[in-house]
Amino acid sequence: MRNYRFLIAALPLAVMIGLGSMFYERLGKDPSELPSALIGKPVPAFELPGLDDGKGLSADDLRNGPVTVVNVFASWCAPCRIEHPLLTALTKVPGIRIVGMAYKDEPAATRGFLEQLGNPYERIGVDQAGRVAIDWGVYGVPETYLVSTDGQIMWKHVGPLTEDVIRNDMLPLAERLMK
Amino acid sequence: MMRLAGFLLALMLGMGPALAIGVDEPMADPAMEAKAREISRGLRCLVCQNQSIEDSNAPLAADLRRIVRERLAAGDDEAAIQAYLVDRYGEWVLLRPPFEPSTWALWLGPFVVLGAGLAIVLWRRRGPAPAEAVARPLDADEKKRLDELLREDRG
Repeated sequence: MRNYRFLIAALPLAVMIGLGSMFYERLGKDPSELPSALIGKPVPAFELPGLDDGKGLSADDLRNGPVTVVNVFASWCAPCRIEHPLLTALTKVPGIRIVGMAYKDEPAATRGFLEQLGNPYERIGVDQAGRVAIDWGVYGVPETYLVSTDGQIMWKHVGPLTEDVIRNDMLPLAERLMK
Repeated sequence: MMRLAGFLLALMLGMGPALAIGVDEPMADPAMEAKAREISRGLRCLVCQNQSIEDSNAPLAADLRRIVRERLAAGDDEAAIQAYLVDRYGEWVLLRPPFEPSTWALWLGPFVVLGAGLAIVLWRRRGPAPAEAVARPLDADEKKRLDELLREDRG
């Protein structure tokens, strides 16, 4: 009987601790950021034309090649301009390839954007209709994916890349994938 | 006058569909169009996350509405269209989560809590009343002792 009473008395405390740790877990995170349904899955089948310099982007390009950062961007997207210097810095990391997907953007506007800021992308796929992006589960640019050498989507970041995200999440994972 | 009222009424009724956001390219068959709308109402817009794609202005929602219609025209049923989007965006796109092992806690949780509450209430009611709470007349010794105490108090 005594024990039982103790349990009932401890119940509110247990509930508080449970809820508290649940809330603490979510603290400081953006609730509108969704986990990707595609993590751990192969890249969707797609083939996109390039800007007029030729090279487009297709699933085949990602299935065999180095560890690849796939960055979905657009010239009309302000956060893309903010993260752009970080992509440029990433081109200097050995063993990583950066490719771009121009989302719902006029090729001429994309070209202007890259002329102004520099082109960190080895290949660019032009997705003017935005249909391939839907197959990738894109819901807002910029989004950045990390794809393994055999074409599995390993990681996704929604919103502009930050130094913190690159240093603490993306690069450690990329290094593991290179082995 | 009646004619004018009738005309205005018809105009107002006709405006319903026109007011719906982004009737991009409605399907030729009204039954199919109604089905497309019903499906769209059950899909969450990824951009403005508490709206369905039927209610949302976001360009992505318009794209998804078009996909719903394309799939429907290609002969997919509602489940197939939902699966198509769940594959890309996760179960989160469904405004009404399915009933399956991973969502049992979500659907059944409230009933479990209610049941537990009822069980506790019933258990407490049915249990025997604690012995101390039952009034028992004092026996002779106790009465005497009480009288003594009261007398001391007054004295």
